[in-house]
Amino acid sequence: MKSKNLSAISRRKMLQIGAGTSAAAITALYAPSVISSDPITLRYLGTAVSMGDEVQKKLFEDTGLKLKFIAVTTDEVTKRVLTQPNSFDLVDTEYFSLPKLVPSGNILGMDTKRIKEWDNVTSIFTKGVTPSGKKVGLQGTAPSKVMYLEGSTGKKFANDVTQYATLIPTIYNADTLGIRPDLIGRPINSWAELLNPEFKGKAATLNIPSIGIMDAAMVVEAMGEYTYPDKGNMTKDEIDLTMKIFTEAKKAGQFRAFWTDFNESVNLMASGEVVIQSMWSPAITAVKSQGKDCVYQPLKEGYRAWAAGFALPKTTKGKTADAVYEFVNWYLSGWVGAYLNRQGYYSAVLPTAKKYMSEDEWGFWMEGKAAKGDILSPTGAKLASAGEKRDGGSYEDRMGGVACWNATMDENKYMVRKWNEMVAS
Amino acid sequence: MKKQISIFQPKLSWLAIPFAIIFIAYFVVPLILTLIVSFWDYTEYSIIPDFIFGNYFYIFQGCFTLEDGLCLTFKTYISTFFFCFFTWLITLLLGFCVAYFLAFYVNSLPIQITLFLICTIPFWTSNVIRMVSWIPLLGRNGLVNETLISIGIIQEPVEWLLYSSFSVVLALVHLYTLFMIVPIFNSMLRIDKEVIEAAYDSGASQFQIIINVIIPLCKPGIIIGSIFVITVVMGDFLTIGIMGGQQLASIGKIINTEMNYLQLPGAAANSVILLLITIFIIIVMTKFIDIRKEL
Repeated sequence: MKSKNLSAISRRKMLQIGAGTSAAAITALYAPSVISSDPITLRYLGTAVSMGDEVQKKLFEDTGLKLKFIAVTTDEVTKRVLTQPNSFDLVDTEYFSLPKLVPSGNILGMDTKRIKEWDNVTSIFTKGVTPSGKKVGLQGTAPSKVMYLEGSTGKKFANDVTQYATLIPTIYNADTLGIRPDLIGRPINSWAELLNPEFKGKAATLNIPSIGIMDAAMVVEAMGEYTYPDKGNMTKDEIDLTMKIFTEAKKAGQFRAFWTDFNESVNLMASGEVVIQSMWSPAITAVKSQGKDCVYQPLKEGYRAWAAGFALPKTTKGKTADAVYEFVNWYLSGWVGAYLNRQGYYSAVLPTAKKYMSEDEWGFWMEGKAAKGDILSPTGAKLASAGEKRDGGSYEDRMGGVACWNATMDENKYMVRKWNEMVAS
Repeated sequence: MKKQISIFQPKLSWLAIPFAIIFIAYFVVPLILTLIVSFWDYTEYSIIPDFIFGNYFYIFQGCFTLEDGLCLTFKTYISTFFFCFFTWLITLLLGFCVAYFLAFYVNSLPIQITLFLICTIPFWTSNVIRMVSWIPLLGRNGLVNETLISIGIIQEPVEWLLYSSFSVVLALVHLYTLFMIVPIFNSMLRIDKEVIEAAYDSGASQFQIIINVIIPLCKPGIIIGSIFVITVVMGDFLTIGIMGGQQLASIGKIINTEMNYLQLPGAAANSVILLLITIFIIIVMTKFIDIRKEL
């Protein structure tokens, strides 16, 4: 799989090679005892982000396991875990939902001894530092703060490293503002630009309060209005202040729209209704694939990060639980990691993913190097040409530049109310 | 004398049982549960059986002191009433005109049916698609703006066409006019043509006939159509969300947000209040006419 130029190898060929090596590797690593009798179908609850037909197909080829995706929104995942914990076998959820999920007792700790690659999980999750030792901002619900449970059925987070993890990390990223450089025509380098009157009627943010408030806090800090002790856990006064600034901007007509669905953010940006907004990385890719210039702009104040992982509901037991562990091990074994990295996300176990990516791909996505050939998405769309570099640079630069994480605050109820007030103003 | 068949005759009353079961299981029971839960307490991850008025107090917090201006709940209801009123007014005018044309100007039944079916065409696709299809038309670089600029009526794109109260009302009218047309058309078909002829023979003008004969006889249809439109718009959050760019408040959106954040008792309390207000509106409307007598 070592090729200097990705385009020299056809995509099909590459998948074949990948399939061959991984199938061999997997059979060697773990004997698929559970699947020998009849195929198990795992009910997989999560958001659409991590669900693809290709993943499902590859999984079946490698392990004989099948998945039934239950795709819902981030908030809906939390709701399902709390209200219908027996309606799925495996959940893919975000770390910031854990302060709600763990006290309910509806999810079990995952036994890290059964995870083959556990020791290779990136230190951002386990220690809160990047692989080269750079400290990551820990404001908000940083994964390293909620990584461990006291026991497999614990309802409290452990302060020290234990055998039981709340979530086995799968996918994460550093988010920032998306811009249309062709319509702005000047460099953007601060979160404060979101409320710059220059973009009156051409800015947008998201109407998901728990994420929107974090972006708002980044903006308020960048404007020099206030420095939060912890953006991810504001006091009532801090919430009031943040929302007051945003309410004034909204009343002055700063925002063209708010969005709740990722497709809405794509449409706003692609149509030129909006030139600067809170955005997620696959949305940038989607705008680019429509032939529009769109940049995931690194900003001097840093990124807002998020992370997701797998958890077992308390109702999954026996054979099904074994199959879940087998699936999680397969997920971390590299093929999916490469698949995620190629979309601009990051995979939790970097060394295994590296094996499935070409040197050029790895250099472009992870090391911030200029591409040598065309960089393709997993679906074959061209994302960058030779000579281009990834927005924000290397893994170290991007994850090392994280300022805060998506969060659930103690004053969540008050925050949601204040957010609604802003929308109503 | 014609024998009256009443469903209250013991022999026939069992016919109502299937619907009664559905009605109780899917309407009455959930409604009672909603009412019960609205008095419960809750945390981030659980709801706790209790009997507290806190959820209701929370909704009306600051509403009667006016120290920070109007409270969230009042502001939201004013915004919701605004959309409701204009949607109702426009769908009523449109619906009445369309039904009037169909009932009195189209004489052949096949054409009447054909035209009526044409009115239902928008319902052949999902209402989200019907809404979203306005966006390329009304956007900043949309068809309407481009046309207006190219024929020189405006120099700069008009911003209020999309993500505004205008676009919300437009989409709601588009979605719900049929709900007005159907019952009004139905009422009009039942008007005895001889009554109209009598009015005409007595020298009434067309306008007088509409005001004094047709409208009074169409009242049940108008009221039923109004109930459809008002109840749907009062609880709407999808249309107001998408067409308003999520920047305009509606009570449905608040309930939706609370549900997403698992503040279920809060959402239940808001739903109960919304239900009471909607029922109140309907009671006031039915004061104008006894629907049961007219049907």
